[in-house]
Amino acid sequence: MSFDAAFQNQNFKSVGTRPLRPDGVDKVTGRARYGADFNMPGQLVARVLRSPHAHARIVAIDTARAAAVKGVKAVITAADLPDLSNGDKALFNILDNCMARTKAMYDGHAVAAVAAIDEKAAKQAMKLIDVEYEVLPHVVDVDAATEPDAPILNDAVFTTGIDPAPTTASNVANRSEFGHGDVEAGFADADVIVERSYRTEQTHQGYIEPHACVASCNPDGTADLWVCTQGHFVFRQNCADLLGLEVSKLRVTSSEIGGGFGGKTHVWAEPVALALSRKAGRPVKLVMSRDEVFRASGPTSATSIDVKIGATKDGKITAATATLRYSNGPYADIWAELGAMTSFACYDLKNVKTVGFEVLVNRPKVAAYRAPSAPMAAFAVESAIDELAQKIGMDALDLRIRNAASEGTRSSYGPVYGPIGIGPTLEAAQAHPHMTAPLGTNQGRGMACGFWFNFGGQTCTDLNVNADGTVTLAVGTVDVGGSRASLSLVAAEELGIDYQDVKAVVADTGTLGYNDMTDGSRGTFSSSMATISAARNAIAVMRQRAALTWDIPVEDVYWEDGHAKAAGAKYGNLAPLSVKEIAAESGNTGGPIAGHSELVADGAGVSFATHICDVEVDPETGATSVIRYTVIQDAGKAVHPAYVEGQYQGGAAQGIGWALNEEYIYGEDGRLQNPGFLDYRIPVCSDLPMIDTQILEIPNPNHPYGVRGVGETSIVPPLAAIANAVSNAVGVRMSHIPMSPPRILAALSRQKGE
Amino acid sequence: MIEVTLWAGLVPLADNQTTIIVEARTVRELLRKLQERYPGLEGPINNEVAVVVDGVIYRNDWSKELPEGTKVFLMRRLAGG
Amino acid sequence: MSSIAVSTTINGDDVEFLCRADETLLDVLRNRLGLLGAKEGCGTGDCGACSTIVDGRVVCSCLVLGAEAEGRTIETIEGMANGSELHPLQAKFIEHAALQCGICTPGFLIAAKALLDVNPEPTEEEIRYWLAGNLCRCTGYDKIVRAVQDAALEMRGERA
Repeated sequence: MSFDAAFQNQNFKSVGTRPLRPDGVDKVTGRARYGADFNMPGQLVARVLRSPHAHARIVAIDTARAAAVKGVKAVITAADLPDLSNGDKALFNILDNCMARTKAMYDGHAVAAVAAIDEKAAKQAMKLIDVEYEVLPHVVDVDAATEPDAPILNDAVFTTGIDPAPTTASNVANRSEFGHGDVEAGFADADVIVERSYRTEQTHQGYIEPHACVASCNPDGTADLWVCTQGHFVFRQNCADLLGLEVSKLRVTSSEIGGGFGGKTHVWAEPVALALSRKAGRPVKLVMSRDEVFRASGPTSATSIDVKIGATKDGKITAATATLRYSNGPYADIWAELGAMTSFACYDLKNVKTVGFEVLVNRPKVAAYRAPSAPMAAFAVESAIDELAQKIGMDALDLRIRNAASEGTRSSYGPVYGPIGIGPTLEAAQAHPHMTAPLGTNQGRGMACGFWFNFGGQTCTDLNVNADGTVTLAVGTVDVGGSRASLSLVAAEELGIDYQDVKAVVADTGTLGYNDMTDGSRGTFSSSMATISAARNAIAVMRQRAALTWDIPVEDVYWEDGHAKAAGAKYGNLAPLSVKEIAAESGNTGGPIAGHSELVADGAGVSFATHICDVEVDPETGATSVIRYTVIQDAGKAVHPAYVEGQYQGGAAQGIGWALNEEYIYGEDGRLQNPGFLDYRIPVCSDLPMIDTQILEIPNPNHPYGVRGVGETSIVPPLAAIANAVSNAVGVRMSHIPMSPPRILAALSRQKGE
Repeated sequence: MIEVTLWAGLVPLADNQTTIIVEARTVRELLRKLQERYPGLEGPINNEVAVVVDGVIYRNDWSKELPEGTKVFLMRRLAGG
Repeated sequence: MSSIAVSTTINGDDVEFLCRADETLLDVLRNRLGLLGAKEGCGTGDCGACSTIVDGRVVCSCLVLGAEAEGRTIETIEGMANGSELHPLQAKFIEHAALQCGICTPGFLIAAKALLDVNPEPTEEEIRYWLAGNLCRCTGYDKIVRAVQDAALEMRGERA
C-alpha cells in the first residue's frame, strides 16, 4: 500500500502533549534491564587483554599458560576471528579494531580475550597471556601526524583525493573539497578579513553505561546476543559477517541502552564475546570497564582548523574558506569530510571553499558523537564570524542574520536548500530577553549557530490491535531518550485512541524486519512515519471489519475520531464502531487485526539551532562558569515536548563539557593518562545552570505530522557560543577547546604580555 | 532532463565532469545511467551515495520521482550519532 | 580464598550472604543477591550510578566491600517504592521527564532521597551540590533538579 508522507496540517489530540513515558516505572524502580543486567545459565565471564603500547608489532602471542588456568574455558586471539572481509576494507577495519591482527594501533587496542567461570580465574589468565611486542614509533597529535617525518601507521595508505596520486604512504588518508564560486575574487572584494587557526581536543561520548553484552553460540549454528546498542539489526549484520554466521540464525536483542550518542553504533566487544562463546561452547558475558570504554571505544576527532572569512564594511560576507584536519584513529573514515561539509552550512555564501584531511593517529578508532564532526567546525567558523563582527563594528547577531542561508540558497556542501529554520532561530534569538539581560563583572555573552543533516532510513514497524482494543506497537529503532512515549503518542493520534491504550516495545531482530541504526536523529522521525503508515494499514483492516459487521460495502465505511463510521444517510441508524468494538469481534470477522509498515523514511530535512550563553570567568583561577544558557531549535513538530526539551538540554550540556573541560590527555609514551571520570571530567549538576529551551515548530514538508529529528543539532553551537562568551568576558580570543583554566590563564597572561 | 552535480570526490571518476545532464524519471534510473556512462562511479553509487533532490536528502528511496528539470546533487552518504 | 559470612539488613529485610574478601558491595548486590538496580558506570566512585544508602549515608557501593555490610542497614533502589506505591521522587522523575536513558536514575533517586531525608527544603544550589557526585550524560540535569524540587514540595505537603 503506498504511503503518503507529505505534511498535512491538523489539530492534534495526542501529539504535543506530555504524558508519562511507558518505561518510566521500570527505570525508577531499578527493574529496567540494561546491557549488564542480563544473565544466562552456565554463563562465563570475559576479559579483554589490551595493548599497553600506542603502536607495536605483535611478534607472537602465547596463550598456553593462560588456557591452563583452572576455570578458564577459552582464550582467543585474532587467529580465532579469521578474516572473512573478502576485500571489504570497512569490514576489515572493524575486525582489526575488535582484535589487533598484526599491529596494535593504539593504547587499549584488544590483542586477546579470555572466558572463565569467574572473574578471578579470568584475571589470573590475563596475566599469563604472553604477548611479544616490537614497539614502533607512534604519533597521537593530529598536526604532528601530517609532518613529513611522522611515523607512518599504515604503509598501504596513500592519500586519496589529490592529483596526481601520491607514490609514498601517508597518514593523511583522504583529501575532500566542497564549495563554489571564486574565493580569491571574493577575498579581493572584502573590506575586512579575519583569519585564524583553531584546535579542539578529543572527547568521548561519555555514556554512563559501559558497553556490555551476553553472547551465546549454540552447537547447531544458531546464536543469541543480548547487547546495549543503538542498532541491533546492524550489529547482527556486522557480527554475522565477521563470524561467518547466517544472519537469520543470529538473534540480537537490544537491552535498555544507558546512553549512546553515536558511541554505540559500532561493534567492539560483541564479535569478541561471540568468538569466545563459540570456542568455549557456553554463553559469555562481556562488560567493558570504564577504563576500557575510554581507551578503546568512542572518541570523537581531535581537530586543527584554519578559517578565513572576508566581508564588506556593511557586513556582507564575500568569501570564506576552511581547512580542516580531523584525527580518525588508525582507520580512515570521513570525519574531516563531514566537518568540511557542515562548516559554513548556516550561511548564504557566493564564494566558499572547504578542504578536509582525514588524519590517521595512534588513538582509538573515532566513532560518531552526536552530529559527528559538526561541533568542531562550527566552533572555528562561529568564532571567526564573531571576530569578523567585532572588526566591522557590527552586532554579531545582525551579521549572522545578514548572511543566513534561506530557501533557495546553495549550501556550502552543494545542494540547494528547501525551507529551512536558520533564519527563524536567529530572529527568535534577537527577540529573546536573554540577549538584552544585563551582565556583571567578568561576565560575557556569546551566541552561535549550528547545523546538522538529519537522516531517516530503513524502518519497519508492526502495530497489533488486541482483542480488548488496546494496541501493541513493535518498533525496531532503539529507544535512546523516550521514543516509546513519542511513538505511542503517534499511534494514539493516528488511530484516534487514548495514549494509555498503546504499549510500545522495541522488538528484537528475530521478530521484526530490518531497521537501520538509531542515529542521525532518526528515531522518532522515521519510526513515527512507519507507525503512522502501520496505523493507516490497521485502519484499512478495521474499515473492512466494520463493513463485514454491517454487511455494507467497505467503500461506504470511513474512519474518524477512532471510529469506523458508515457514510451517507442511508446508514443513518448505524452507530459508529470503536476500535474496542471492532477488536472484540475480530475473531469472527477474519481474525487478528494488525497493520504493518516497511518503508524508507527519507526527507528528514536539515536542522538548525541558535544558542545564547552567559559565562563568568574567574581571572584568578581561569575557571569558567556558565551562568545562563538558552537553546533555540526547530523541531518541525514536537511530538512529546518534554523529551524534545531534554534533547536540547542534553546536547547543550555535552557541548558545555566539551568547551570547558573534557579532553583526552596523552603522555609522551602515547598512553592515555585520564581514562576515568575523575580526570576526564564531564559536567556535574553543580557545574550547570538551568538550560532554557525554545522549541520552534516549522513543519517538515516530508513528514505527515511535520516532525524533524531533534537529537543531534543541540551539540553543534555550544563550543562556539561558550568560546565567544569567554572571549567577550576576558577580551582575548580563545581558539583552543577545551578552555580549561590553564588555557584561559595562559591566554590572560599572553594578553598582559607576561 | 535532469542536471546532476557531483560532489568533488566523484568528479575524477566521471571524466572530471562536475555537472552531468541525464534523462531520467527516477533516482534509480538516474543512478543506472550514470553508472553506464561512467563505470568508475559504480562503487560509490552502490555504497557511498545519497541523492539530494530539491534540497531534501534521500539515502535510500531510489524510487523517488524526478520531475523534468529537477536539479539533483550527489552527496556523500553520511553517518550520524 | 575462603568466603566471609555476612548478616545485614537490606530494604528492611534480614539478608545473609557469603562473599569473598575482595568483593564490593555492588558486586554482592548485583551478582549474589540479584539486586540489579544499582549500576556500575565506573567502578571508581566517580559516577554515582551504584549509589546506595548505608546507615543513612549515601555511598558508592563500588567503593564499599561486601563484608562491610555486616550489621548495617542498607537501602537500595529496589526498596524505594512502597509496594506498588512509588516514592514521590520516583513519581516526580517520571512526571518531569527527568530521565532519558535512565541508567543513572536509580543512583540519582537514592542520592536525592538521602538529601530530602536530612534536608526537606533544599535550595537549588544545595540540590546541585548534593547531586554533584552523580553523573548524568543525557539530561543536562535541568529536569532532575526540577523533579527533586517538586518532590520536596509535595513531601512537605506544600503543594497548591
